[in-house]
Amino acid sequence: MHKNGPVALIFHILVLTFVLAPLVIICLVAFTPENTLSLPTAGLSLRWFEAVFAHPDFVASFWNSIWLATLSATLAVVFAVPAGLAISRYTFPGRDFLNALFLSPLIIPHLVLGVAFLRLFALIGATGSFAWLVATHIIIVTPYVLRLVLAALSGLDRSAEQAARTLGAGEWTTFRRVTAPMILPGITGGWLLAFINSFDELTMSIFVTSPATVTLPVRMYMYATESIDPMMAAVSALMIAITAVAMLVLDRAFGLDRILVGQR
Amino acid sequence: MTPRPSTFAVPWLLAGPGALFFVGLVLLPLALTVILSFHAYDYSTGIQNTFTLSHYVAVVTDGYYLEIFARTLRIAALTTLICAAIGVPEAYILSRMRDPWRSIFLLVIIGPLLVSVVVRTFGWSMLLGSQGLVNQALQLLGFPPVRILYTETAIVVALVHVMLPFMVIPVWTALQKLDPMVEAAAWTLGASHFTALRRVVMPQATLGMLSGSLIVFGLSASAFAVPALLGGRRLKMAATLVYDEYLQELNWPLGATIAIIVLAANLCIMLAYNRMVEARARRTLG
Repeated sequence: MHKNGPVALIFHILVLTFVLAPLVIICLVAFTPENTLSLPTAGLSLRWFEAVFAHPDFVASFWNSIWLATLSATLAVVFAVPAGLAISRYTFPGRDFLNALFLSPLIIPHLVLGVAFLRLFALIGATGSFAWLVATHIIIVTPYVLRLVLAALSGLDRSAEQAARTLGAGEWTTFRRVTAPMILPGITGGWLLAFINSFDELTMSIFVTSPATVTLPVRMYMYATESIDPMMAAVSALMIAITAVAMLVLDRAFGLDRILVGQR
Repeated sequence: MTPRPSTFAVPWLLAGPGALFFVGLVLLPLALTVILSFHAYDYSTGIQNTFTLSHYVAVVTDGYYLEIFARTLRIAALTTLICAAIGVPEAYILSRMRDPWRSIFLLVIIGPLLVSVVVRTFGWSMLLGSQGLVNQALQLLGFPPVRILYTETAIVVALVHVMLPFMVIPVWTALQKLDPMVEAAAWTLGASHFTALRRVVMPQATLGMLSGSLIVFGLSASAFAVPALLGGRRLKMAATLVYDEYLQELNWPLGATIAIIVLAANLCIMLAYNRMVEARARRTLG
């Protein structure tokens, strides 16, 4: 191993500053006692956090987003695990097509998905319902789960499964007692990644949410285009905190670098 | 272990429900949007049941739209270049660090990926505003205040921030595959640090940089939140244009046309790039 020189370290510090600056400023401004977006110079205050919790729209959108992310991540697992088993364990006509189909939401811009969903929903009269919003988020987050499930399955030692079969276990029992526990880390990591991606999604959601189903990022976007006050900073700080917790869990359990590699 | 010999029923039973769901909610809506982009539109009566190429003609001939496309490409290209200029050296520096620093800093650099884009963009709007920290720092140093917010500079700065992890991750992954002893061997054999960097490290990093650039360019060209919040009313990009056509002008067919063009451009660039990366990988890795 070779040490980084002073120039490299200065460069590194500049990059870190650039990366952290907008997040740090949000967390500082969130504690301002003033009425305007300003750094807290005369003491810290929680008044803007109180304002967030007293704002019915933000509270409703927060719970909306939590439910949406929970449901879509869970249903994405329900689709991705059997699909992953089919793709990694069998050769069959249409296998490459299925793989491409399930991963396609990664290469289709969310903007395009948003307008496409809007057109479909307008035609079938499904605009504004929470169930359809969940459906759109399942599409967006399933690829993340599938990729981790496929990675878990390909790194799996098949001899344990063969041993179970030899000892008389059926296909289902083998999956439930042997395969599933071994790919569980992949599934859990995929679920968390799906949850975060659904929780953060703006560009697609903005086309398919109705006033009753506005998610937190969409609410924040709408709020930021109309008025700018420190409450926006307080909501943002809360979102950073939630993400940071999820990130630490992901990193402790699976290694964030491993999970994010290849993600787009 | 090779996959089981060709069977048909079991895998389709496993993947079938998901596949149906994806066909219904990915392929079908995309097809409907393509059809929509050919529908005629009338400002007083809405979407017509006649078909026309006029939206495509309008988009590729009207200077207003061409300017927005040119701006989108310019901003995406600039963002990609800056991300490569920052991300590649940073990934190299990270790869030369020791644990635990390496893991900690990697987490710091790629962690923001998981923070909502709205949040990060809002942070930049505070930093770059007329009373923001950047302007205050400039004034402290004796420079006149500059208008950054609502300019292309603001959009590029925030986009670089949002996209940087997408550049660092592939380059870092590529560098992980490089045995540090190879670089040391180059020095032992008399290569200078610069030569070792150029002949040993760079070929490996370039592979990661190419795939990183592809992702950064594609995502930047279709980015919505950053230009919407930092570009103001007049500095539109492709995504904000589509949004306005859909939700303000209510001209869905025209919005669909632009969305389809964005999608087609994205797919073309991706295919061309994939070809190039593969050809390059074959050349360098043999």
